[in-house]
Amino acid sequence: MSQAATTNASFLERAPVLLRDWLTGSLPGPARWLANALIAIVAILAVFGLLFAFLTLAERKILGRVQNRPGPNRTGWFGLLQPFADGIKMLTKEDIVPRSADPFLHFLAPVALLGFSILTFAVIPYGRYLAPVELNAAVLYFFAAGSGAELAVFMAGWASHNKYSLLAAMRALAQLISYELPLLLSFVPVALATGTLSTTGIVAAQAGWRWNLIPHWFVFTPWGAAAFAIFMVSALAESNRSPFDLPEAESELIAGHLTEYSGFKYALFFMAEYFGICALSGMAVTLFLGGWQAPLPALSFIPSYVWFAAKLLALLLGFIWIRATLPRLRIDQLTRLAWKFLVPLALVNLGTAAFWSLTLGWAGPLQLVRWALALGLVAVPALLLGRGLSAGIGPRTYRYA
Amino acid sequence: MNSVLALIALATIGTAVTALAGRNLLHSVLLFAVSWAGIAAFFLWSGAEFAAFAQALVYIGAISMAVLFAILLTRHSRDDFAPEPALAGRAFAAVLTGTAVAGVLIWAVASSPLAAAPSPVPAVTVRSLGWQLMGPPAAALLATGVLLTVALIGAVVIAAGERPSKPGDPP
Amino acid sequence: MSPLQLCLAFSSVLFAVGLAGALARSNAILVLLGIELMLNAANLNFIAFWRYGPATSPSTGVIFVLFSIAVAAAEAAVGLALIIAIYRHQRSIRLPEAARLKG
Repeated sequence: MSQAATTNASFLERAPVLLRDWLTGSLPGPARWLANALIAIVAILAVFGLLFAFLTLAERKILGRVQNRPGPNRTGWFGLLQPFADGIKMLTKEDIVPRSADPFLHFLAPVALLGFSILTFAVIPYGRYLAPVELNAAVLYFFAAGSGAELAVFMAGWASHNKYSLLAAMRALAQLISYELPLLLSFVPVALATGTLSTTGIVAAQAGWRWNLIPHWFVFTPWGAAAFAIFMVSALAESNRSPFDLPEAESELIAGHLTEYSGFKYALFFMAEYFGICALSGMAVTLFLGGWQAPLPALSFIPSYVWFAAKLLALLLGFIWIRATLPRLRIDQLTRLAWKFLVPLALVNLGTAAFWSLTLGWAGPLQLVRWALALGLVAVPALLLGRGLSAGIGPRTYRYA
Repeated sequence: MNSVLALIALATIGTAVTALAGRNLLHSVLLFAVSWAGIAAFFLWSGAEFAAFAQALVYIGAISMAVLFAILLTRHSRDDFAPEPALAGRAFAAVLTGTAVAGVLIWAVASSPLAAAPSPVPAVTVRSLGWQLMGPPAAALLATGVLLTVALIGAVVIAAGERPSKPGDPP
Repeated sequence: MSPLQLCLAFSSVLFAVGLAGALARSNAILVLLGIELMLNAANLNFIAFWRYGPATSPSTGVIFVLFSIAVAAAEAAVGLALIIAIYRHQRSIRLPEAARLKG
């Protein structure tokens, strides 16, 4: 978290940093740095832990309402104590480890997965002065930490000594590797536009408003909208989230690579999945939605971390909505979507972003030409690829058993 | 500073030795992943952030996956990971060779007049790295891109193999 | 020993470990991993000289390492594909058996 004591931002804005400085101000140099880091870690874990708990509840309630039923509403008011009841249940369940399983790896897999998911939280700027670690290559760190999770998925599948778990783990790995590529490629135009990999730099590059009305967020540019869409689809797949949740689908290989896990380790896997969703949504907010910045100048009095939270919650609710609506994809449909649709689109998007930044000087009516060309470069390949890849609508045939 | 370096060196070399001497192939690969993480930690300690994260992303995130897939595709049965018992004579000769090479290198390092004065960390940002990559090494960059594409296509072709000519043939 | 010499000693030991492993094992995948370890040791050397060596241009060492990592990844991919092809031919990945390929 950066120094903020001498700026003239509003008190609410500086409140978290002032609180932290008050807590650690009396410590000497290196101990103070360590205490600051510990406070940041505890704050992130507390906030995202609670968010995870209430996100599970929100998901079940929203899924329920979409499916015309109330969702959990018995434990506490409107089911608000449900996450804690689930936590107690998970903690008190018997921890079953198969006899022929590899005990060390079986234990290590959920821990490693959760560890890598939490590592990715370190570089997301949660507010104007609330970036836990400021790295020069922050986004690369984010993707490197996220890719370590794949190793943990394999460990889980293999250590269970169950051929169905192994098969499911290999499918999950294939999905994770396939969608790593569009995820990274959709970020590259952002690096092109801002010239930096630092998350605070990317948020700062999206500052300001055009005509005091439309923010300079990248999602409001043609290439940014396409990149945002590709990033969100890839984030859905990277976190094993519906409609890409084949690895953990109950109707498929029981629970996939999680079959042999019970009790708290199962809860850890789900915590890791939700943390992954939160981290990827946080990164999407940072890269495309302007981070902690307000959408209108008149609303800038609201503190930056409130705006970040609002955007994050909007994306998370979008994830839940998609889960409620779309059916699951098969593994071959998944991988075909990644390799044949998203990767070429992301590459074309890179060209569009290059065109956009090269034509920055066009003014007046040429702006309309620029927008038209950019929108065409984004929409036409998407339509053509989509048409070309879909199986089309054929005559309906009826087959009787 | 030196204690951090000693810790990183111990972790990296220790896991590498355990991995190469081990019986269980999958444990070896996972220990190698820890060793590569140790090397990434060394890069971070030296101040080369970009190289550290690139090392983590490529080695732990990609090469380990490829090795794991290759292991699982090249075994007979469920537990056929234990490699063959090491031939004692060959292992001894290899360790002897390794020790000799290490001895020669360390003697060369210790006896050469390298600068002993500590120098400040070279300031390199990702932006300056990018600008410099577009300069003289640009041709090498393009060649590396071509190399990676060719390697990808070649690996797919080699690993996929031909279709069996008769139904009884192994795939 | 100066920090530079310590780093170089570290990378020398790692290189020797990789060499010994590549020579001792007859499982093709472990040999490949030993070779990868040697490449990593060379990368350590590059970064050690970049950090402590006489100052040349500020980012040459890092650029070398990036290229080296890319080449190592390509080589690992092709090597693993070759191992899969050899397995298809002789149903095991022991290197002494692959010596039959020389006819």
